[in-house]
Amino acid sequence: MGKTLFEKIWESHIVVEKQNNPTLIYIDRHLVHEVTSPQAFDGLRQNNRKVRRPDLTIATMDHNVPTTDRSLPILDQTSSVQIKTLEKNCKDFGIKLFDINSPNQGIVHVIGPQLGITLPGTTIVCGDSHTSTHGAFGALALGIGTSDVEHVLASQTMWLEKPKPFEIRVEGKRKNPHAVTAKDIVLSIIKNIGTSGGTGTVIEYRGEGITDLSMEQRMTICNMSIEAGARAGLIAPDEKTFDYLRNREYTPKNYESLVDSWKDHLKTDSDAKFEKEFILHIDDIAPQVSWGTNPGMTCDVTDSVPSPDEFSNGDPNQKRGAEKALDYMALAPGTLIEDIKIDRVFIGSCTNARLEDLIEASKVIKGQKISPYVKAMVVPGSQMVKKQAEEMGLDKIFIDANFEWREAGCSMCLGMNPDILSPGERCASTSNRNFEGRQGTGGRTHLVSPVMAAAAAIHGHFVDVRKMDLS
Amino acid sequence: MESFKKVTSIVTPLDKVNVDTDQIIPKQFLKLVQKSGFGKFLFFNWRYDEQENEKSDFVLNNPNYKNSQILVAGDNFGCGSSREHAVWALLDYGFSVIIAPSFADIFFSNCFKNGVLPITLDQKLVEKLLQETGVIEVDLENQIIKTPSDEISFEIDSYQKKILLEGLDDISLTFQYEDKILEFEKQSKVPSVL
Repeated sequence: MGKTLFEKIWESHIVVEKQNNPTLIYIDRHLVHEVTSPQAFDGLRQNNRKVRRPDLTIATMDHNVPTTDRSLPILDQTSSVQIKTLEKNCKDFGIKLFDINSPNQGIVHVIGPQLGITLPGTTIVCGDSHTSTHGAFGALALGIGTSDVEHVLASQTMWLEKPKPFEIRVEGKRKNPHAVTAKDIVLSIIKNIGTSGGTGTVIEYRGEGITDLSMEQRMTICNMSIEAGARAGLIAPDEKTFDYLRNREYTPKNYESLVDSWKDHLKTDSDAKFEKEFILHIDDIAPQVSWGTNPGMTCDVTDSVPSPDEFSNGDPNQKRGAEKALDYMALAPGTLIEDIKIDRVFIGSCTNARLEDLIEASKVIKGQKISPYVKAMVVPGSQMVKKQAEEMGLDKIFIDANFEWREAGCSMCLGMNPDILSPGERCASTSNRNFEGRQGTGGRTHLVSPVMAAAAAIHGHFVDVRKMDLS
Repeated sequence: MESFKKVTSIVTPLDKVNVDTDQIIPKQFLKLVQKSGFGKFLFFNWRYDEQENEKSDFVLNNPNYKNSQILVAGDNFGCGSSREHAVWALLDYGFSVIIAPSFADIFFSNCFKNGVLPITLDQKLVEKLLQETGVIEVDLENQIIKTPSDEISFEIDSYQKKILLEGLDDISLTFQYEDKILEFEKQSKVPSVL
């Protein structure tokens, strides 16, 4: 029987395999950031251990860096300690660090691909659940906890129960690909399979609806695999993948011979079997807006907020969850999504802060002003994205519309730096999680695509971007 | 890591589904650079109001559950962020057993690295435990939960069970396979980053 792409990568990374045990797999790339690594480095010190392969490890600071003027000192003392701790750890253990002043600094999942560090067929880990992003390149990319960060630093391996392969086929063609985006595809998937629909699996996204997407759009899809509960998400590499990684700063010297070895091998065999399947038809899908407190609580922009009964399909636990979510979000069932007024707009995060995201959002903004009732910001995913956007004049478009234009980082996706919502504020956000308090205690998050966020900024409420000319 | 002993305690019922790690330990507490001291921030936004006074309607603030070591919760517990701080906070607060119908993968794996036992049980059994007011005993060795009226057996991966019972450090375990790792590295064609 044939093998899935996931199984091929898995099998080529087995170091130790025993019955009734997890498998020891080799890790080709380890990405490190300031929040989930200090305790891991401490563990190494306590046990007199070194980093086994500093040459396969890179670090950056993204989670709690300020996105304001970088020449100013960091006011938050605890953030400052964590940033200095990473600097010291990288120095002590010989790890390459893209620090706050590096032109390569940025969200770890944005810079990995941009620098050519992410490669097809490899195993990639990072102490961050959105590591699944790198799966867009046909890598097995896993988010891990701090104990595993320490384990990988020490041994370049980790123990893992073999996940099951899950096929998600995205069929059809979007009628308006500028208005209905990769974000809407992945939110639709999560809306359908639920936030635990992917638990214990590695999703492979397949079909015309996926191969049609650019690399940056594919990253948006794989990024949110974790929101469906999956261990990872991946997409078979093709010419778009190989082109994207060519001639990047850290693209390997023998890249073309690597591409030759990947071409015929890194795909699911026609007779391979998946343990689970789901098909999404995208011909008629609408832009998506989340209404609740997890990414599965999402509906079409043309819908109204569902009642807990409608949402839960008779499951009393889900019903209570929905009631609580509506209470937290201060929304009544039946409210039209387009009638929901917003206070803030955040365009950023490892889900949607790449150059294409900013280009698409700028088309909505160009020549317009945001609503006087809205505060809006753009936080590019990396300093490289920021620079490229500025070279194209996108910064001016946003600034002229009264958006704030910031330095790179995770920012208000999780609000570890000063960029947070105030209690009760409602935000249209291009990030990945609408959990209670995620963007600030008491803050209310609606997940949307960059074009939907941009349109909401102008109108002060959600609007269906299919009605706009975005070509 | 300390070895896992039998746990005898009343249960704290947290009757919610999809409890994410952002709720277990909110972001503002992820800036510590050590593993201890997170217990006081556990479920912070559910436990305290804006003036940081205890919210009386939250289960952890009910004095009946003060010394409980067993948390029982709904489906998909620990979803979202990979932050191991969530497990450190639960453990530091006093919970060493979490029972739910299902767990998110990364959280589940993080538990074992810290001597916390996550038990997956059928929804109906979890619902019964949510109502249980008596003291229960969790016996990992025999994979049995004893309640005042019942004995419930549970499944656990034999490798994870051994890790917990013996309090093993999995990095030391892995170092026993040093020769295999070296062998793998010799044949690997993946280039260095730098």
